[in-house]
Amino acid sequence: MFKKLTLIATIIFFSAFNANAGSDGELILKKNQPGEIKDCFETINRATFAFNQALDGILLQPVASAYRILPSPVKTGVSNSLDNLSTLVTIPNNILQGDLKKAGVNSGRFVINTTIGILGFIDVAQHLGFPEYEKEDYGQSLATMGVGPGCYLVLPVLGPSTVRDASASIVNFIGGDAWYNVTVTNDTQHFSDFDYYASKVTSGIDFRAKNYDAIENLEKNSIDFYASVKSLYLQDRQQKILNTNKIIETQDDSDWEEIETQ
Amino acid sequence: MKIKKFLLVLFFYVLAFANSYSIEPDVFVQSTVNRASNVLSQDISKQEKINKLKSIAKETVDITGVGFYSLGSARKNLDQNQLNKYSELFESYFLKSFSSRLSEYTNPEIEVQSKKVLNKNYTIVNSLLVGTSERPEVKIDWRIYTKDPDNLLIRDLIIEGLSLARTQKEEFSSILNSNNGDINSLFKKLEEFSKN
Repeated sequence: MFKKLTLIATIIFFSAFNANAGSDGELILKKNQPGEIKDCFETINRATFAFNQALDGILLQPVASAYRILPSPVKTGVSNSLDNLSTLVTIPNNILQGDLKKAGVNSGRFVINTTIGILGFIDVAQHLGFPEYEKEDYGQSLATMGVGPGCYLVLPVLGPSTVRDASASIVNFIGGDAWYNVTVTNDTQHFSDFDYYASKVTSGIDFRAKNYDAIENLEKNSIDFYASVKSLYLQDRQQKILNTNKIIETQDDSDWEEIETQ
Repeated sequence: MKIKKFLLVLFFYVLAFANSYSIEPDVFVQSTVNRASNVLSQDISKQEKINKLKSIAKETVDITGVGFYSLGSARKNLDQNQLNKYSELFESYFLKSFSSRLSEYTNPEIEVQSKKVLNKNYTIVNSLLVGTSERPEVKIDWRIYTKDPDNLLIRDLIIEGLSLARTQKEEFSSILNSNNGDINSLFKKLEEFSKN
């Protein structure tokens, strides 16, 4: 236990140290620009991507296709439950990012949705007027502390990531995810390992089903599907780190101005 | 006196006529969306829908501008012949990709909500693709090129904050990087896509 705490403390210290060098919003924006992130392992990444695509075709796509047939309230309920579990990672990251207000709001959301919302199936907090839920993870926390993304990575089964985000996700398994702690780490009477892994698999199916048409469409209309997925993933990460989906905050307009001079 | 009155009426007529060609970017987006939606809800074949969507895209999208943006800094190394060839190939590629993506939807309902003027050349129009039982609602922003107020043009679609032009640019850049910057490799990919 002491070892785990030391490791977490080291990571936080390491992150905080970097924060001095680059906590400025513009620097974070620049570091996480999709065009700036190098694809150092492109050959391996492309091979892993092809493997993931094959796996998707054999397993995920058919399952997601069947999942889509379920009635909308069931799909919404499952999605709400998964979001509710993810708040257990979001709350410590709100704290790490210094956003105590959001940590409080998300704690309230978790308590209300887990109890009145029947284990998160119904998003009661949203009906009560809570602000829109924004997921946070340890990769985002490191980014807001000024840690750069490192190279782009494609992980087997899990898909696109970066060196920073993949490394940061280790924190989930050493005490940073309360859901993992009560299912896998500790031998509780109420939950088992199966609950954790089932929630992760369902999360993948839910994501694939929600984006079913968009992914099929993108694949059909891309001349380099790997590059399209990479660009979309890195744009999405940049937005999540900056907590915005406004293009004017994530894209430098000089690119567009440049073509005026042609 | 009559001449004065006539000239005054003529002046206001000309003024009104001239203004009738300038429309606000949000009205332009809503009108374009309505036209596309109308095509998609018609009881015609998929190919006919694609042809009509292509013609709307030719009128409302700055295909040449999007093409040059997508090429990024590589365009500076091309001669005029290569630029012309690229523009031609990009237009075929873009129209096929654009119409194919849109033709999958049936009667999409898009509500224009607000706009933000960035500068004299660009306005971002914010809209919402209304959700159905099949898909959740989707935020779509439109980058409108407003340099010529009488001829507004779409330059980018930003879906839930993800820019299609930027994705396109990084896709082309990846192809060029994998082929030592050889523009012919990109030409070949664009040709293959348009033929298939």
